Amino acid sequence: MKRVARVLAFAQTAYFVAVAQTATAQVDEAPSVLVESPPPADYNAKLLLTNGISTIGGASGGGISDWATIAGRQSDRGIGVQLHVSGAVLPDYLWQSHGIAVGIADRVELSYARQNFDTQDVGAALGIGQGYVLNQDVWGAKLRVAGDTVYGSPLLPQIAVGVQYKRSLDGGVAAAVGAAHDEGVDFVVSATKLFLARSILLDATARMTKANQNGLLGFGSVGNDDYSVQFEGALAYQFSRRFVMGAEYRSKPDNLGLGEDDWIDIFAAWGATDNITVTAAYADLGSIATFEGQRGVFAQAQLAF
Amino acid sequence: MFELALTFLMMQQAPAENTDWDEAFGVEEAVRDPQTGELPVDPYDVDNANAGAKPFSGSSIAADFGGKDGIRQIADRFVDLNISDPRVAAIFAGHDHVRLRRTLYEQFCYILNAGCEYTGRDMATAHQGLGTRKPDLNAIVENLQKAMREADVSFVAQNRFLAKLAPMYGDVVTR
Ligand code: HEM
Repeated sequence: MKRVARVLAFAQTAYFVAVAQTATAQVDEAPSVLVESPPPADYNAKLLLTNGISTIGGASGGGISDWATIAGRQSDRGIGVQLHVSGAVLPDYLWQSHGIAVGIADRVELSYARQNFDTQDVGAALGIGQGYVLNQDVWGAKLRVAGDTVYGSPLLPQIAVGVQYKRSLDGGVAAAVGAAHDEGVDFVVSATKLFLARSILLDATARMTKANQNGLLGFGSVGNDDYSVQFEGALAYQFSRRFVMGAEYRSKPDNLGLGEDDWIDIFAAWGATDNITVTAAYADLGSIATFEGQRGVFAQAQLAF
Repeated sequence: MFELALTFLMMQQAPAENTDWDEAFGVEEAVRDPQTGELPVDPYDVDNANAGAKPFSGSSIAADFGGKDGIRQIADRFVDLNISDPRVAAIFAGHDHVRLRRTLYEQFCYILNAGCEYTGRDMATAHQGLGTRKPDLNAIVENLQKAMREADVSFVAQNRFLAKLAPMYGDVVTR
């Protein structure tokens, strides 16, 4: 009978342990199951507007300056997508571009843009044909290396490095105006920070490039085929969660000796919905292919997830 | 012998309904303070520095937030929004919301220089092990913006306050 009692005691203990285990398992598991469950499908993980707007080269930033921001509205575990269409009406030209950018884990950005530059009457004057359209493809990759646009020390901006491969589809025209190449690679370093205490966003970007008019007139020239370091910057004021106004500047080389000017614009961007950003700007692009005073209106619509 | 044991085992009754399992296993139940309704926390040094930010000087920002009453209302609304927000509710579930309402109010009130002392824990200790990520912080920032907007705090004042909280990033986002 002693052994029976021992077996019984053992069984009872086992029973207690089992009950206790299920009890603790319930307590421990319930919250962690909830935490692990994926967030709702419509979860925009980034703060509004912190994905920037797609630039004319497809990377996220302002309109003409690349920023350290990563495209798309996903954050550290998601893959975001950003699509854009842009147009500008200038005295002698029409600009149109569109593109896609993918932001991976708020860390890596891959982008593509197609640029179409309608030379209108200038085409005839230059002898390339009335309404000749210069086209270019731009592929970009950007890596966020440090910092955060919004969080952390105000002294540490979000910093990103990028490369852009640009290919003019009009090598003949590029060669005719004296460009050395119809393709080129830009190297870009950007620092971007939102200074919440002042509601001001600042960006400073350095670009090593050979591009003539952004690459639409080829890269380098027969006489000067060296890279130069150019500066891009933006200063913007946040009026509300959804509305920002600012100014941008972008310096450019004059490899071809055609009097190529720096670019400047003032812009207003509005997050019309959580996924749509509409931007309008007044841009001064200076002299393009010797035709001066190219000031006009730029507009963009962007869809981001 | 074995059959006998088995027979006895099968005859075992389920433990009585009123068994005190907590006592049987030495579990100590956390008891809410009858005065404050809060659960006890591990001891820590009370210090305003635990708030994690230098308070504003001057009283204009406190006025922007509607003084103590406005701040209390914002902190309460902020907690309500967070605990019912499917993006972050699971992180808040099972924590002491009574204490959270009080300490958040104190922290906001202290930082906004509206005349409070912060008696809560420091940000690193309070958020240790919660497993929060950047999107969770973005979600609660949106909720705080909503609470402030509803209380008619100007956007400029909202951003000035958020500027005090943004540097806490490394302490409140733990993975
Ligand atoms: C800068 C941003 C944040 C601030 C200023 C803040 C502030 C606070 C304060 C004052 C406490 C109470 C400390 C105490 O009880 O002694 C607390 C606790 C807590 N916070 Fe935050 N918090 C922030 C970010 C977050 C985030 C992103 C989450 C998750 C989505 C979060 C979830 C919690 C939870 C669950 C508790 C309760 C912890 C416990 O009961 O032990 N907090 N927070």
